[in-house]
Amino acid sequence: MNLNYTVRKFDAVIVGAGGAGLRAAIQLSEAGYRTAVLTKVFPTRSHTVAAQGGVAASLGNSEEDNWHWHMYDTIKGSDWLGDQDAVEFMCRKANEVVVELEHYGMPFDRLDNGKIYQRPFGGHMSNFGEKPVRRSCAAADRTGHAMLHAMYQRNVKVNTQFFVEWQALDLVRDAEGDVLGVTAMDMETGEIVVFHAKATIFATGGSGRIYYSSTNAFINTGDGLGMAARAGIPLEDMEFWQFHPTGVAGAGVLITEGVRGEGGILRNSAGERFMERYAPNAKDLASRDVVSRAMTTEINEGRGCGPNKDFVLLDITHLPPETIMKRLPGIHEIGIQFAGVDCLKEPLPVVPTCHYQMGGIPTNYLGQVVVPKDGNQSAPVQGFYAAGECACASVHGANRLGTNSLLDLLVFGKSAGETAVSELKSNVKAHKPLPQDSIDRTLARVNRLNHQKDGADVHQTRLAMQRTMQKHAGVFRFKDMLVEGVQRIDEIAGQVAQTQIKDKSQVFNTARIEALELDNLIEVAKATIVSANARTESRGAHVRDDATDTPETPDGRDDKNWLKHTLWYREGNRLDYKPVQMKPMSVDTIELKKRAY
Amino acid sequence: MEVNEDRKARINRLKWHCRRALLELDLVFDRFWERHEHDLDAQGEAALESLLELEDHDLWALVSGREVTDDSQQATMIQRLREVSPIANFE
Repeated sequence: MNLNYTVRKFDAVIVGAGGAGLRAAIQLSEAGYRTAVLTKVFPTRSHTVAAQGGVAASLGNSEEDNWHWHMYDTIKGSDWLGDQDAVEFMCRKANEVVVELEHYGMPFDRLDNGKIYQRPFGGHMSNFGEKPVRRSCAAADRTGHAMLHAMYQRNVKVNTQFFVEWQALDLVRDAEGDVLGVTAMDMETGEIVVFHAKATIFATGGSGRIYYSSTNAFINTGDGLGMAARAGIPLEDMEFWQFHPTGVAGAGVLITEGVRGEGGILRNSAGERFMERYAPNAKDLASRDVVSRAMTTEINEGRGCGPNKDFVLLDITHLPPETIMKRLPGIHEIGIQFAGVDCLKEPLPVVPTCHYQMGGIPTNYLGQVVVPKDGNQSAPVQGFYAAGECACASVHGANRLGTNSLLDLLVFGKSAGETAVSELKSNVKAHKPLPQDSIDRTLARVNRLNHQKDGADVHQTRLAMQRTMQKHAGVFRFKDMLVEGVQRIDEIAGQVAQTQIKDKSQVFNTARIEALELDNLIEVAKATIVSANARTESRGAHVRDDATDTPETPDGRDDKNWLKHTLWYREGNRLDYKPVQMKPMSVDTIELKKRAY
Repeated sequence: MEVNEDRKARINRLKWHCRRALLELDLVFDRFWERHEHDLDAQGEAALESLLELEDHDLWALVSGREVTDDSQQATMIQRLREVSPIANFE
């Protein structure tokens, strides 16, 4: 069976309608450009909804603050892997994008004087790391949700055209390397359409579903990263993933740190309070990375619980039930719903859980996707932009600060939109001809899936990938495990290339969508484990057992050899590197030093 | 045959609408479909469809029992969502 397709022309096509995509679309539609936004789910059901903490901006509404301090905190948080020009750009733009959002109708919490209320958040300090500062602007515990609503309404007003429940399939890229749009499938009909565009912006979010234990919603399947990788674009710094120590084993739902704050104790299979060995003073209240590493060590050394010995226990059974119900509302329900455990009577099974992807599609601070070309380490790809969690600007470097993710998607969503508008005005007047070979590759991929016989089961293959990533490239990494993991993921990639679906229907064929999503997830998994295996230091969220703490390499961080960005290419599963931009836009470099709080 | 195909398309559409912004809801719906894909009647479909129109935080407030709904059909469906066996997927 040959697949048919139709072509639709727009000035710009944006893939993804979370915070970054909606912000970029406002810019293009307001400038009068015909803009299509493709999204798998209704815009206000994007994963941005889950962001509760707030958005960082040095408004200084409650106490003195400025972007220099915010920039310092972000670079320190990134363990010096953030590009200092992009970090300066983001921190300087923060106030502007927050005030714009207010004008779009965002219901920020207020002070009595009417100004936006700000609260403190981990890692955000005043006066270059001196003491915590109130920098996070929030709308109760629904900041991400309120943000999406405000921006969606704005887009409706400026006539952005939404294609809801469309699955983007591939980038359309011609022989010169220019990006000319995307192919996509209408889930309702199975129809394939080429969205022919002068500007293409990816805002597809993160890929946390590569891990078995992840806080990410099921939609976070790295579609933009998979599409970029298949089109020959490298993925940057994919070894860096932020983990939270206590997600419910087998589910990923977060158990707040407040549980340990109220006296919760982590125990291994022998019932031992193992944190006493790793952190004799702080014990269960040690910092996130210390607790996560200790948990992983217990599991790796065979002291995990359950039939697979792959989780530890968080015990609050010694606390009075009334304390649990009063001070930790929701935990009892989460235990019952997701662990099948009444935490008043039994301990909760927990594991370190993947939360946020620091790496992504390489961009500059203008939101342009950049690749090494003809001696230029960061040459823009004509017509291609990316923003938000799918992109790597790079502002988070090796570790992201809380509330900087919502800022990232506002600043770089806007920036990508602005740059696209400027290119459309000055340089790109007409649509370039569509390259047939690029479209044919997509059709062949979908055709292969529709006709595959005796192939691999999608669910089982995805599970094998997730378990392998969790075991071999989790929060704490070991040389031998990484080497073995690279090989194992390579084998699983072979199975992904031969997935089979039984349901061949056209209308909302969720089995086919999940198979197409797995095509994207596996690219992210390969990029992550290959990049992690190669980086032999510890930095930020990438922590290796064999990276030793010496005066030259404090906490295993090796600036002499590893102060550089990883670039993973799908073709040949190969790596390249590019320097970190240590020169900010207008101020002095924030010099390297040990990251200590 | 046509009736079956219509139902399949409707169920598939509902299943996709169960892809939410919050992991908690994804997990609950995942279990729900495992258990109830074949015994969901028209009334159940309608109740589920109306719940899926809610914002994610509001829906989770109902499923987790922090809020209640006055709509008796919705309340019955919420009860079914709460009853599906806990995931406890430690194999």
